[in-house]
Amino acid sequence: MDWLLALPFLLPIAVGLLAFSARRQPQLARVISLLGCVGLLLVALAIFVQVVTLGPVATQMGNWPAPFGITLVVDRLSAIMLLLAALVGTSVAVFAQADIDLHRETLGFQGFYQLLLAGVCGSFVTGDLFNLYVWFEVMLIASFALLVLGGEREQLDGAIKYVALNLVSTLLMLMAIGMIYGLTGTLNMAALHQALGQVEQRAALQLLAVLLIAAFGIKAALFPLYFWLPASYHVPPVAVTAVFAGLLTKVGVYALIRTFTLIFPADLSVARELLLGAALLTMLSGVLGAASQYEFRRILAFHIISQIGFLVLGLALYSPLALAGSIFYMAHNIIAKTNLLLISGTARRMAGSFELRKIGGLYRASPLLAAVFFIAAFSLAGFPPLSGFWAKLLLVTASLDQAAYWVAAVALVTGALTLFSMSKIWSEAFWKASPQEPSQKLTCLPAIERVQRMAPAVVLVLITLLLGLFPQPLIEFSEAAAAELLDPTAYVAAVLAPGAQ
Amino acid sequence: MESALVIVIGVMTATGVYLMLASNLLSYLFGLILLSNAANLVIFVAGRLTRMAPPLIPKGLQAPPEPVANALPQAMILTAIVIGFGLLAFTLALVVGCYRELGTIDADHMRLAEPITPDEAH
Repeated sequence: MDWLLALPFLLPIAVGLLAFSARRQPQLARVISLLGCVGLLLVALAIFVQVVTLGPVATQMGNWPAPFGITLVVDRLSAIMLLLAALVGTSVAVFAQADIDLHRETLGFQGFYQLLLAGVCGSFVTGDLFNLYVWFEVMLIASFALLVLGGEREQLDGAIKYVALNLVSTLLMLMAIGMIYGLTGTLNMAALHQALGQVEQRAALQLLAVLLIAAFGIKAALFPLYFWLPASYHVPPVAVTAVFAGLLTKVGVYALIRTFTLIFPADLSVARELLLGAALLTMLSGVLGAASQYEFRRILAFHIISQIGFLVLGLALYSPLALAGSIFYMAHNIIAKTNLLLISGTARRMAGSFELRKIGGLYRASPLLAAVFFIAAFSLAGFPPLSGFWAKLLLVTASLDQAAYWVAAVALVTGALTLFSMSKIWSEAFWKASPQEPSQKLTCLPAIERVQRMAPAVVLVLITLLLGLFPQPLIEFSEAAAAELLDPTAYVAAVLAPGAQ
Repeated sequence: MESALVIVIGVMTATGVYLMLASNLLSYLFGLILLSNAANLVIFVAGRLTRMAPPLIPKGLQAPPEPVANALPQAMILTAIVIGFGLLAFTLALVVGCYRELGTIDADHMRLAEPITPDEAH
């Protein structure tokens, strides 16, 4: 078997165990965790290069031939998701060195953080539905721990809602998996691609599709299943919110894309209509929720929801261009969103609060922070020539191609309302004079903390700029990835062909 | 046998969902236990209930001589039970922590993370 494909989860688990054992020496645990993240980034890059040159690659755990054993398989979508996860993981790990307090570190923050990355990466590489469930659980339990670590009253309050709703999602997924097994006798995704196409009971397929949409919809925070997200994402430390915002909901979207392109037959219209309705309402309700908020992080949390709508919209439209748009949007959004949350953390460090009414004058306190926020926020709102513009352009063009004019209209209205929220943060936090004592200047922070806080933000904003100014390579890559999703022959061959072991 | 179990699963799911809808977190926990066991039984039934030989291959043979029971669902259920138990233990600890820190296990009264805004209070 090819060990490279197992490294994306083996490495973080090993590093996490080491970092957890070293939690009493926070300095050591930090170094271990950071090195682990850099290693993960290298592994993800190696896999990415391999997939781009060779097409989908697969390996069988323990050399059990598919479909009997657990298959690991990476195609273009998985490869870019891995790369983004490693990028976010590394950026947030650097930021966390400044943001996470000593108390949380001695409780084992670094260990749980690595475990979370293992769960996320495991979900991206697995080619087996039950194994996907297991990785979801790994991710879930690590996220529970990160959410309550520190044990503040607010954290417990938010965590109850997060835990309660996410456990329901898990159980729905488990039931659906049980029934899929009963229907086909296999849980290997590539084998399911063949087996579910031949199932004659359409009603059973529709039921399973709805169950899985509900299960993954809760994870991805789709309308009307997203209420856990605005209740919980603003309670843990910012570094935790940033990694949740960048990765967790996106794993749900990834699972939806994988399920409804590979596993279920393409002519299942119930799923498509349900996803389309949910996507549009998610976009609108998320952005309207954000408009009513006056807290930096809670505005961003509602925008996560709204952006999830765009990601699912591409899947619901189900054309090569729309799926390519979803994948491009994913890359743009993971980077911009994580960055905005990192910036909100630094803003709070300088101004002392997340409440927009209480803070101000951040532009005067740090033009660099303001510039980084400006680019990331306007990219999120879809301003040309930033990356969000190309992402929205692809999706809107795809909806116009299908003569779905009202879909395009909703997308554009959502974009305008996003701009409203972003300019609200800009004018309140950065532009207006501070209502209380002036914000601490960025240059007043210790030099090392300044680097830890600003370096990830600057790197991420440079990537956003690059994707905006030179979008062509990523668009071509997304189109190739979408073509692979719509015609999974190569994926299935890589998994099931006898020579694949 | 399958149909009897299917009815049991249905009753467990309905009871579980009913309990989980209550605002009392303890009811939620009991509902969670019922629902997760219902999910395990779904996998069990999906593997077909047959009275057959255990899935063992006698020495010297390449394949079992007679039809054998399907062992895979049971392996999956074991995994699911272990995971479910871990999650349940965590949730129980979280509920206890909430009771100690917030003084309530009624989810309706937990408004620390999302404080009631003036317009909601009207």
